[in-house]
Amino acid sequence: MEKPLTRNIPSNGDGPLPLKAYEKAGGYESVRSALRMTPAAITDLVTKSKLRGRGGAGFSTGMKWSFVPMGKDAPHPKYLIANADEMEPGTFKDRLLLEGDPHQLIEGMIVAAYAIQADIAYVFLRAEYTLAAQRLSKAIAEAYASHYLGKNILGSGYSFEIYLHISAGRYMCGEETGLLNALEGKRANPRSKPPFPPVSGLWGKPTIIQNVETLCNVPHIVNHGPEWFTSLSLTADGGTKLYGASGKVKRPGLWELPLGTTIREILEEHAGGMRDGVKLRGLLPGGASTDFLTEQHLDVRMDFREVQKAGSRLGTGTMIVLDDHTCPVGMVWNLEHFFSQESCGWCTPCWSGLNWAERILRALEEGRGQAGDLEKLEFQTRFNAPGHTFCALAPGAVEPLQSALKYFHADFEQHIREHRCPWR
Amino acid sequence: MLTPEERQEIEAEFLRYPNKRAICIEAMKIIQRHRGWVSDESLRDLGEVLEMTTDELDGVATFYNLVFRKPVGRHIVLICDSVSCWIMGYEKLCHRLISRLGVNLGGTTADGRFTVLPIVCLGTCDHAPAMMVNNDLHRDVDPDKIAEILERYK
Repeated sequence: MEKPLTRNIPSNGDGPLPLKAYEKAGGYESVRSALRMTPAAITDLVTKSKLRGRGGAGFSTGMKWSFVPMGKDAPHPKYLIANADEMEPGTFKDRLLLEGDPHQLIEGMIVAAYAIQADIAYVFLRAEYTLAAQRLSKAIAEAYASHYLGKNILGSGYSFEIYLHISAGRYMCGEETGLLNALEGKRANPRSKPPFPPVSGLWGKPTIIQNVETLCNVPHIVNHGPEWFTSLSLTADGGTKLYGASGKVKRPGLWELPLGTTIREILEEHAGGMRDGVKLRGLLPGGASTDFLTEQHLDVRMDFREVQKAGSRLGTGTMIVLDDHTCPVGMVWNLEHFFSQESCGWCTPCWSGLNWAERILRALEEGRGQAGDLEKLEFQTRFNAPGHTFCALAPGAVEPLQSALKYFHADFEQHIREHRCPWR
Repeated sequence: MLTPEERQEIEAEFLRYPNKRAICIEAMKIIQRHRGWVSDESLRDLGEVLEMTTDELDGVATFYNLVFRKPVGRHIVLICDSVSCWIMGYEKLCHRLISRLGVNLGGTTADGRFTVLPIVCLGTCDHAPAMMVNNDLHRDVDPDKIAEILERYK
């Protein structure tokens, strides 16, 4: 089984390959190839590879690039942003790529930048990833010294700069238009769309924002072609995926597997099943803002379409497992506490609604639940549905809530009836 | 007054961004690195350098979780309170931590040694529960080892 994303990452926790060793393993080959191609040819390869964004929304990467104005009349500077603001609870995949193989990200960024003819890139990194910051800074300096970055890259006439931007922390910065505001030195409130960032983004200029894992796939597509890339996957979209599991499983961790691996295989073979003495009750397949799935969904393939058909989302592909010794109401309270706190306060359904939901959940956990509480929670899931809010934070926030009300209804009712949390 | 070092570090950022305003978050982090926190006075001084009002700067400062607008201790303890850590024993760990230090979340110990803050998911969920002290990540934290970890930070 091929593992392009993690092939250079030492499994013993050692540091990443320095530049010379990375080059020896075939590193930066895709930059040499790309610079001999037209930008349009690269975008075409990426579109044919069926690479979809790995940050949660799953948009076609090649299609996104095709929206960028090209040619001599296009506005400049154009920007590329690597979204390394990994703050989705339960998600820990980009940390591995950033700490384990920073040159792979830089290589992917150069190729992506060339395809859209970007002039400047920022890596938007969360502040808590201190080791990643250190390793990435070193790798960027090495890439400049070897003329992969800067003026006239490898004598091609193409110039491109990468800067590292370390955030000051807020979940909203992961939302792409919030991220743009944060980079401009503002509060990370979302912007209204259209215009979309590929046309008018950072400082009003064309901007492509991609998740770290998405960009890390790009060199391999250029090196091996789109047919090879689609053959890595078990389903309709291309590539491998970094899957993860946390919670009370025997071996929590991360694994690079073919896109479309089943939940059962990830949970039972790779994570080793549930810990002794606990049973599976449900799981959030791709981070905190995805709907719960349960035991009946174990044979669902973890790809964009199949998880959606089952009523949830692939999201970031890192699952959070709920066991029978953990209170589902308490878990949802924890999630809504997070979303309510991290709401930027820009639109009413989100700041008011999530806060209200959080207070009701807290009351249920503290034995102060009342008749009618569940209807109020259900109201909030509709009030914050897609189309009612400025950005995707609130619709994502109510996904675990609405599915918990469906799958764990009896547990919610028991909290109200017994005026206590049965797990406390 | 900003010190010459602070000013120099702030001005070095101008090279990487097209306007002054864009570096305000980085500039507040620079001040915080030198002074531990960002006071009203330092916001006013920064405003002069960046051509922004104090209110504008405060609006930005208060938005971000890791810009401190109050004095903090010598060491910052960030304890992850997100979902995977919660499942894996956050409540017990947090209880141990705050009773050991004798402060609530958000508080600073009387000797000025530690400030304890909750933090959103630290992205190390396969090693929950987790916390950071300054720049060091501590994973799979055993509540019984809390005292031992804290001892390393004088």
